[in-house]
Amino acid sequence: MAAIPREAWEGCSVLLDINDGDRLAFFRLTPAATVKVGNRTCSLQPLVGRPFGSLFSVGPSGLVPCADAPSSRDDTTQDAADGPSQDETRDNRSLVDNNTAQNLSSDDIEAMKRDGVSGDEIVEALIANSSTFGKKTLFSQEKYKLKKQKKYAPKVLLRRPSTRSICETYFKKSPARTGFMRVDALSLLLSMANVGPYSDVLVVDMVGGLVVGAVAERLGGTGYVCSTYLGSAASSIDIIRMYNLSSDMTTRGPCEAFEVITKVGNTHYVVEVVLKSWAIAGNILISLPFRIVQAPLSDLCSLQNSVDVSSGLNDSIQGEAQEPTAVPVENTQPSVPQPTDTAVPDEKTQSPKEQSIDIDIPEPLLDEHINQDGNSSLDSKGDEDGSSIGPKSLKAGKAPSPERMKYWSEHGFSSLIVAAPGHDVESFVADLLPLLSYSAPFAIYHQYLQPLATCMHSLQVSKMALGLQISEPWLREYQVLPSRTHPHMQMNAFGGYILSGIRIHNGDACNGSK
Amino acid sequence: MMVPLDPSSKPTSQRRIAEGDTVVVYERHDAMRAVAVLPGAVLQNRFGVFRHDDWIGRPFGCKVHSAASAGGGGARGGKGKGGGFVHLLAPTPELWTLVLSHRTQILYLADISLVVSYLELVPGCLVLESGTGSGSLTTSLARAVAPHGRVCTFDFHDQRAASAREDFERNGLTSIITVAVRDIQGQGFPEEHTGAADAVFLDLPQPWLAIPSAGTMLKQDGVLCSFSPCIEQVQRACEAMRSCFTDIRTFEILLRTYEVREGGLKGATTNEESNAVPLAQKKRKLLAAAETLDVKQNSSSVMVRPCSTARGHTGYLTFARLRVHGN
Ligand SMILES: C[S@@+](CC[C@H](N)C(=O)[O-])C[C@H]1O[C@@H](n2cnc3c(N)ncnc32)[C@H](O)[C@@H]1O
Repeated sequence: MAAIPREAWEGCSVLLDINDGDRLAFFRLTPAATVKVGNRTCSLQPLVGRPFGSLFSVGPSGLVPCADAPSSRDDTTQDAADGPSQDETRDNRSLVDNNTAQNLSSDDIEAMKRDGVSGDEIVEALIANSSTFGKKTLFSQEKYKLKKQKKYAPKVLLRRPSTRSICETYFKKSPARTGFMRVDALSLLLSMANVGPYSDVLVVDMVGGLVVGAVAERLGGTGYVCSTYLGSAASSIDIIRMYNLSSDMTTRGPCEAFEVITKVGNTHYVVEVVLKSWAIAGNILISLPFRIVQAPLSDLCSLQNSVDVSSGLNDSIQGEAQEPTAVPVENTQPSVPQPTDTAVPDEKTQSPKEQSIDIDIPEPLLDEHINQDGNSSLDSKGDEDGSSIGPKSLKAGKAPSPERMKYWSEHGFSSLIVAAPGHDVESFVADLLPLLSYSAPFAIYHQYLQPLATCMHSLQVSKMALGLQISEPWLREYQVLPSRTHPHMQMNAFGGYILSGIRIHNGDACNGSK
Repeated sequence: MMVPLDPSSKPTSQRRIAEGDTVVVYERHDAMRAVAVLPGAVLQNRFGVFRHDDWIGRPFGCKVHSAASAGGGGARGGKGKGGGFVHLLAPTPELWTLVLSHRTQILYLADISLVVSYLELVPGCLVLESGTGSGSLTTSLARAVAPHGRVCTFDFHDQRAASAREDFERNGLTSIITVAVRDIQGQGFPEEHTGAADAVFLDLPQPWLAIPSAGTMLKQDGVLCSFSPCIEQVQRACEAMRSCFTDIRTFEILLRTYEVREGGLKGATTNEESNAVPLAQKKRKLLAAAETLDVKQNSSSVMVRPCSTARGHTGYLTFARLRVHGN
């Protein structure tokens, strides 16, 4: 079986990029699933069996594959501020924008639509009937054409959800939900924590499941992700459902749609979550991949009988820490079925709902037998795990088996990733580090520098870890075009901070025997 | 073993250092080296003489002391009784990048991690790379596609290819990585991989010469990355990509690191006895509105600032996706 599925299949999760990033939304390819493009509701069935990376347009009977994939999804038109290239002789000195440049009226266009004229043909007609088009610079001509295409001939790009595309989508459309974690920061976490095959990675994920999903993707069906949490209620790790993690490609996951509504204007976002089937089906089983387990930190700590924590770290706080008011982290509540059409406001909420998605109620789920052993082919000798208990409750991950817990208490976890924006990490870390195996690396993400600095200092004093470092990634994207190469005019200036290090065997008298 | 290829070979707290293992000897964050553990062998550094025999049977991550002091010795922690000490770490691709012998310019952590994510590598993938160079990136690619995937890496420099092969062997990666000698700019990638690669990575002086071949090797929607230090190279590479690739994006990534220290800042009164206004009173002025008159006098706290030296440039990373043709 190929490592990466290259075509969409019935029941998989897909990312739809509508009109060149204007709208990004995740869908599950159920028979009843639809997407609204412009004022048309289209079935997603035509996507089944199509290669990821395919482009679709909206025809009279719904989505139809375009003859060729996108011609310029690169950055030819990234920066509005960009002028004409140096080689060009035309400029815009004689352009007068008085709204009389277009000879086609909106009635004309409506008539064309009624006559079944295709979107692309309408765009051509608009260009032909524009009195100013010829006077525009090539660059402005291109922009004009793209603008009209988006309106009259919208395109839907089928993308494969992966750590990269999922992280970028959230960062672009709903950054608060994932703790403002930029893809380069997430990439660093995965490297710094040495996530690779057969790792048993301990994760504190308060960024919606982004990290748990990314780790699981890297494990590829080997090893374990143990998602741990404070208190008694796990924070939501819903985002793992956007990844296609199940190794059984035909297993149908829960019907759902998750819609992130487009950026409105320059600053306002509206985030809309549609989870109809969850409300209907009530107590459906969620197919958490076999290799993701959830356990409260207190359970993990109580197993840790050989306490070798002679640290100067603070006593741990086991209760729910509080979200600071400055950082509203949306929906870290214990998860309950979301009612239909819940509008989850982002930090900047005022804007009106621009478009909302209307998903037909998907057929109720779900054959009770999600294949828990779907990845047995990747599983190997020596990795004993007798447990195949299905997940009991909505969204809560399967608890690790007692044997697993015992194994981890004796062998330690291979590494640790903490992404708990809004929490005082120092208190976690005192509890978490002793759960790691000796020489295990760890990486702690935070939006603020000071908590990591204090944590780093305590770790230096405690001598529990070495190689301690706080790093901040700086990422700059470039527009590369003939005679027009420069960094993007707009950039994200902040990717978060990461404290990394390596847990060491504590104390001088380290003896081989235990 | 750098990357476990079966569950039993991963380092855990139960694992003990054994003959033949490679350990990373950590002196300081900027002083590490990889050492193969051999009975009877010794490691000598500024902290003393260390007998490998003393290491065998100890857990990874442990601290070991020198048998005899080397001259002025004394480890970081001041003068220890038995001379200095070091820590013995389990090797990882990240540590390897810090300790490998530089036969070429290499890629470092920040670029490597972005490359692995953007190439969308997961276990089982086939990735093609050229040139191999010192194998810094190759080692991380191997971790990403293990245990069942493969990295095929090509360099036209015989000796470099051979040294890289030795390193991969020593790190237990031969079943994942194959190194071949080949002029990729001149000949392209071997035909056997046509349409089979999930990802292709280029770190070549004239990447545009290899880009058409990269396009032939990739599966539909597969990702290409080209790393180049100079913007002129990027410019030409992007032109070469436009015919078969889409979603072409160029990035630069750097890391800023921070140093932390605990310490008090001197107040004005500390040095100037003549200054009549007591500190507490000054603070009161600043905090006029607050009721916290008994504000902590303790001016000692953890402070943090960026390190003053950093890498200013490594290279540009250009990513692109093989265009899917409608049918
Ligand atoms: C900068 S190094 C690569 C470093 C590598 N990325 C790493 O992280 O260690 C570039 C390598 O490309 C090789 N090279 C240059 N031209 C080549 C060609 N035409 N075909 C194959 N390899 C080539 C050089 O021998 C050199 O080892």
